[in-house]
Amino acid sequence: MPRLTPLNAAHKKLGGRLVDFAGWELPVQYAGLIAEHEAVRTKAGLFDVSHMGEVEFKGPGALEAANRLITNDLARIADGQAIYSGLLNPEGGFVDDIVAYRFSPEHIFICVNAANREKDFAWMKANAKGVTPVDRSDDFAQIAVQGPKAFGLVQKLCPKELSPIGTYRFTTGQVAGVDCIISRTGYTGEDGFELYCPPAKAEALWFALLDAGQGDGVVPAGLGARDSLRTEMKYALYGNDIDDTHTPLEAGLGWIVKLDKPEFIGKDVLVKQKAAGVTRKLVGFELTEPGVPRSHYAILKDGQKVGEVTSGTMGPTVKKAIGIGYVPTALAAEGSTFHVDIRGRPVAAKVVKTPFHVRG
Amino acid sequence: MANGEYPKDLKYTKDHEWAKKGGATIQVGVTWHAQDALGSVVYVELPKVGTEVKAGAQFGVIESTKAVSELYAPLSGKVAKVNDAVVANPALVNEAPYAGGWLIEIEPASAAEWDALLDVDTYVKSLG
Repeated sequence: MPRLTPLNAAHKKLGGRLVDFAGWELPVQYAGLIAEHEAVRTKAGLFDVSHMGEVEFKGPGALEAANRLITNDLARIADGQAIYSGLLNPEGGFVDDIVAYRFSPEHIFICVNAANREKDFAWMKANAKGVTPVDRSDDFAQIAVQGPKAFGLVQKLCPKELSPIGTYRFTTGQVAGVDCIISRTGYTGEDGFELYCPPAKAEALWFALLDAGQGDGVVPAGLGARDSLRTEMKYALYGNDIDDTHTPLEAGLGWIVKLDKPEFIGKDVLVKQKAAGVTRKLVGFELTEPGVPRSHYAILKDGQKVGEVTSGTMGPTVKKAIGIGYVPTALAAEGSTFHVDIRGRPVAAKVVKTPFHVRG
Repeated sequence: MANGEYPKDLKYTKDHEWAKKGGATIQVGVTWHAQDALGSVVYVELPKVGTEVKAGAQFGVIESTKAVSELYAPLSGKVAKVNDAVVANPALVNEAPYAGGWLIEIEPASAAEWDALLDVDTYVKSLG
């Protein structure tokens, strides 16, 4: 039996098409993927992301303990800021990709992928020094409000002035009378917030947002739109584009790796890999012939398999068949060409600049 | 789950294709249920005119934003016509699965296969 989020009844009421995702019953869509995708690009959408996990480091040494586990640097940001980061194994591969919130040097809050909740927590517990992490996943539901109308919508329901909360900053406060962590983050490429709230209040918050957003055309959006939106931004999806066998340098995520940090798990491998240069790179490409690239399709050069597609779709906003995949470094430059094996048919593709979608 | 529309004058397959008699050829498409289950259709791959297709065998591919799905021929014969409009604008499958979203026309090899197709009641019942 899949697990249910506190918004399960709301999804059913709203006609969500529920599917099993990473062991959770969640809506893949309500009215339709493309309509939801477009609503997020032009108005706003609400996503139930309550399946995500949360881990907390609290007490003296919390920042140092968390910082030793992640590739980005919590010492370089201020209280009230968040960072995207890798959580790596000693081989430099991703255990997960996470967002770490710095409440204070003695309070770090980490959001992890749903599919990795148990694994990440066990990993953090086994490897944290000085501070014992606490799994807070069952204490939070999470609603992502994303789109150009998201800011105004959340502000309308929040007595606190939110304009000082810039991208990758957060605060705590009430939204529609519900205590939340209000985080200016997201996974769509649009402006917006991710609201962490008590599970018992999630449904009230969800419908308050929907009601308040009705005039602005705010809609509930499913996992399908979430995936097409993030693909157009070339945001990595764990298990597809990144995993325990790929490093952040290979994934084009060098910016989340701070090699000048004294220590973090996986650092040695990354230092060597950086010096030697990576042999494969995660690139964004578009098909130049008809077709749709999909995860696990082979990437061919001169008829030989040289890489693999890790994500792909027909981008509803960019209106092109776009994909993400690992290719040898020699094929990674913009304009490089190769073929994607679509059901035995080699379809021409070329590497393009990413993100595929640039916010208007 | 028998939402949607299922015209009475069509025949159906358990693979969610419909077939419609029109003169010498049979027009083929996917049902309301199929397009609804697929979601937004973004790509359709169809055989060339003149290709031989076999009842129950794959004749093409239909892709939604999320999934790839095979198309199965309701009956055997030769492809007489291909809907180029749906190749150019795959959303027609969602907008009008029984009209502008038709896929191919087959010149049937035998009349018996038509009779073996499901009638609307049997098909709708199979949707549960």
